[in-house]
Amino acid sequence: MTDEILSLNYQVNGSDLQSAGVASSDVKKVLRKLGVSPEIIRKVAISMYEAEINMVIHANGGTIDVSISPEQIKVVLADNGPGIANIDLAMKEGYSTAPQTIREMGFGAGMGLPNIKKYADIMNITSELGKGTTVEIIVNIPQ
Amino acid sequence: MKIKEVKELLNAEILNGIDQLEEEVYSACGSDLMSDVLAFVKHQGLLLTGLNNLQVVRTADMMDIRAIVFVRGKKPDEEIINLAKRKDMIVMTTEEPLYSACGKLYSAGLKK
Ligand SMILES: Nc1ncnc2c1ncn2[C@@H]1O[C@H](COP(=O)(O)OP(=O)(O)OP(=O)(O)O)[C@@H](O)[C@H]1O
Ligand SMILES: [Mg+2]
Repeated sequence: MTDEILSLNYQVNGSDLQSAGVASSDVKKVLRKLGVSPEIIRKVAISMYEAEINMVIHANGGTIDVSISPEQIKVVLADNGPGIANIDLAMKEGYSTAPQTIREMGFGAGMGLPNIKKYADIMNITSELGKGTTVEIIVNIPQ
Repeated sequence: MKIKEVKELLNAEILNGIDQLEEEVYSACGSDLMSDVLAFVKHQGLLLTGLNNLQVVRTADMMDIRAIVFVRGKKPDEEIINLAKRKDMIVMTTEEPLYSACGKLYSAGLKK
């Protein structure tokens, strides 16, 4: 049944912090309608939301492609932001370059990337300085 | 704990969900750090926060949080309340600061 794939695509506006999370919220709604189990929805929602917020606060927006099959949910978030110089360092809990304005909103604790790793079954992150970052999140649906 | 007890203990004003006073919450979390809420909160409880922005509701939505208490007299604006309405989330505001609001609920039996 692998051919049954539902695709969703989003443009994420980098200048509008207020609307960061709209795509994740929509995906959550779609998964609920599809009858996906709450634990799986939670894993997707939290990891995607963290990556979506990152895309807005660190990379001025980008695109998100979600594909849903009966076996897995895959979310690919691609931006043309500044890139990440040292991915190992960025993955460390507590590492953050978020500015004060972001901290005042309750973000910028350096917990996002580690949290994605925790909730995703597979997380791949590739980045090139000056070009952008791509985060791939895969959550498997137990058969 | 019923929402109406939360309301009474904190002398809170309900800004959304006045028809849901009989709803139960089983856990609570007090935090001004959405990063922490996303990383540690278990599920479907109550969120108390001194932050006042749209991302509080979005974060709560991701975590399946049922109700948000804005502490220290923070009054969320219409946009925030409207989003909470769409997400069917209970919203209230109290003059209590975060520490004492959490303390009162904890002492009254709402643990974790
Ligand atoms: N899409 C991205 N583009 C450029 N840099 C990024 C991107 N995502 C993450 N980073 C870098 O990695 C750091 C760590 O990211 P992480 O999500 O763990 O923490 P944070 O976003 O700073 O804070 P939090 O997620 O707790 O709100 C960021 O501070 C930033 O320097
Ligand atoms: Mg982050």
